[in-house]
Amino acid sequence: MTVLMSAPTTRRRARSAGSAAKQSRRSSLAVSRAMLWPALATSIVLTQIPFVVTIFYSLQNWNLLRPGDRGFAGLDNYVSVLRDGSFLSSLGATVAVTGSSVVLSTVLGLLFAVLLDRNFRGRGLARTLMITPFLVMPAAAALVWKWSILDATTGMANWALGLVGIPPVAWNTDVPIVTIIAVLTWQYTPFAMLILLAGLQAQNKDVLEAAAVDGAGPLRTFGWITLPHLRQYVEIAVLLASIMLLQVFDPIAIMTRGTGGTKTLSYLLYERAFVGLEVGEAAAYGVMTVLVTIVVATVALRTLFKVFSTEGLGR
Amino acid sequence: MKLTRIARRKAAPAGLAATALALALTACAGAGGGGGGGGAAGDGEPVELTLATVNNPQMKDMEELKGEFEKDHPDIKVNFIQMEENDLRDAVTKDVATDGGQYDIVTVGAYEVPIWAENGWLTDLTGDLEGDADYDVDDLFEPVKDALAVDGSLYAVPFYGESSMLMYNKELFDEAGLTMPEHPTWQQVADFARQLDSDAVDGICLRGKPGWGELFAPLTTVVQTFGGSWYDEDWNAQVDSPEFAEATQFYVDLVRDAGEDDPVSTGFTECLNTVSQGRSAMWVDATVAAGLLEDPESSEVAGKMGYVHAPVVKTEESGWLWSWNLAIPETTQNREAAVEFVKWATSKEYHQLVGTELGWSRVPPGARNSTYEIPEYQEAAAAFAPITRDIMLAVNPEQPGLAPQPWTGIQYVTIPEFPDLGNQVSQDLADVFAGRSELAPVLERAQQLAQEAGDAQK
Repeated sequence: MTVLMSAPTTRRRARSAGSAAKQSRRSSLAVSRAMLWPALATSIVLTQIPFVVTIFYSLQNWNLLRPGDRGFAGLDNYVSVLRDGSFLSSLGATVAVTGSSVVLSTVLGLLFAVLLDRNFRGRGLARTLMITPFLVMPAAAALVWKWSILDATTGMANWALGLVGIPPVAWNTDVPIVTIIAVLTWQYTPFAMLILLAGLQAQNKDVLEAAAVDGAGPLRTFGWITLPHLRQYVEIAVLLASIMLLQVFDPIAIMTRGTGGTKTLSYLLYERAFVGLEVGEAAAYGVMTVLVTIVVATVALRTLFKVFSTEGLGR
Repeated sequence: MKLTRIARRKAAPAGLAATALALALTACAGAGGGGGGGGAAGDGEPVELTLATVNNPQMKDMEELKGEFEKDHPDIKVNFIQMEENDLRDAVTKDVATDGGQYDIVTVGAYEVPIWAENGWLTDLTGDLEGDADYDVDDLFEPVKDALAVDGSLYAVPFYGESSMLMYNKELFDEAGLTMPEHPTWQQVADFARQLDSDAVDGICLRGKPGWGELFAPLTTVVQTFGGSWYDEDWNAQVDSPEFAEATQFYVDLVRDAGEDDPVSTGFTECLNTVSQGRSAMWVDATVAAGLLEDPESSEVAGKMGYVHAPVVKTEESGWLWSWNLAIPETTQNREAAVEFVKWATSKEYHQLVGTELGWSRVPPGARNSTYEIPEYQEAAAAFAPITRDIMLAVNPEQPGLAPQPWTGIQYVTIPEFPDLGNQVSQDLADVFAGRSELAPVLERAQQLAQEAGDAQK
């Protein structure tokens, strides 16, 4: 009887205890949500409102030098963006410049990271020197390349080519895209190297020892143990380098001026806004750029990274 | 490693989107302007003027000497904001176009003055200048004034001006036994260049760097002297005319045969560099370059250079015309004080002041006739002052080519679309310099772009 009597009470008590817990959990959730708001509001203010304003501008007919003609243009700016053809060619240039620089930086970065992962005298100094290109301001780096290295008559590059009997190259005129990729690779190799070096140093030494005990040579150890381990580091390096290289502007403005397939989206946007002073059209280019990057980022990057995934390691 | 996965899934699109967004935003916001402007004048409170200017040496001299002005006008204080040419153009355009009112005085290039004046952005200075007999407005170079005037009114005052001329290395010419005529033709110049070109020395240096103010400054003058033009009198684009093609082909061939090795990298600064090191025999460019070439500290060819009129084909003269000018935006609160300063900085007394305080070779050239009468200046700039004056008085900004044109200006077209047009066409021409493209398709596209811009003027 007492048992029978007590059972519902306990249950009720348990139930009330449960709902109290649920309530307190809910209120603590409310608190944490409230804590999130300032950050969320800031990011909305900083990213979404300007984006909305950009969309608004993109629907305007607005050249800064024609203040009288400002007005609603509907989708005219988008029509001219799509019809002009410079958007697509610029997209191609962006993919070519960014893609090759990222791939080259990562491959060279891996090479240097492996070298720097070894023990040798002066390793700290070598590491610092290797990182330096990444720390130089992009505009300064572009100027050094333009004047000291790639100058057609007095540059070091042509001097070096001359030593092996190759005639001088007019870098910015004849091979502008190679020039830009060279400068970018030089700047971003240290960045990839730094991330991959961190990956190499995070590698479990026991595993390497076990592999050595099992009789695996350095090449096999590298191919079957180190590389799979580095996969995530490579992904991060590629991702961050791509994000940074997409915005590249300085070497293009200083060295090739957007000629010969080096007019990337960021340079095109600059031209529309600051040379053309076409605020509306520049905004339309901006919106299109955002749309394309979102599509590329969601589709292409995901399939790209599947390539790196290996059986069993894919988490 | 969950984090990287999430980062990859979520942050990638968001991060890239933010990147792209940042691009889009810069496109709209751009570089911000300088500091705040001065408030209105109160009783006894000094008026603070804000002056936005390019960071050219002549402007830096003006800032150095502003103390003299402030000494004479204890109630006025002048603050200088110096910027790169492109930054200045952006900052001032934005400020004036959006009624920002940050600046009381702005430096405006010759190309922008008529456009801005027609937009109602600049105050009319005619009355202030003509009303002051001491100022002697008629002493200002006539062609420079013409290029700045809108319907006979002056909306800006030239601070210094320049034309273009042919500069040649006399030593190299003597060695080769060549003589440069006083008024050479382009054909003669091309022959000289091809003769003088060797492994060690370029026959000629001509700008090839894309940009309306880089490649198209000299190239437009070449087109005009070949009988071509950007537009006819009714704003019909003339880029597909045989003269335009002939002139451009001539220019490109000359550069490829006997010019600098890397034309896309070569603008004013790069040519100055090669010529002043004696690595280029000729150079057609701004007259102000002469002052730099004659400076023994920075130039190895000081005293070895000769200067003649810019080469021609069918016209009498082919020099361009450019000036940096002081103007007062409509939005200023301190118009009277600003006028005082503008008058001071462009006066005869200022030229005397620069000469005595800073040296005679630093007097702003190409603005006033009387400057060229000053004996000390004549002596200091003997190599290039007389010819600079001759050319500046000889050029005709109202009709530089063979046919009449509907705008005033020589190496540019005074329409808002021109920087964009010139920039795009010169980028395409880079492909022709490199041999990646033929000239015909480039000019075909240029004709289309030019016609679109021309249609906007009709």
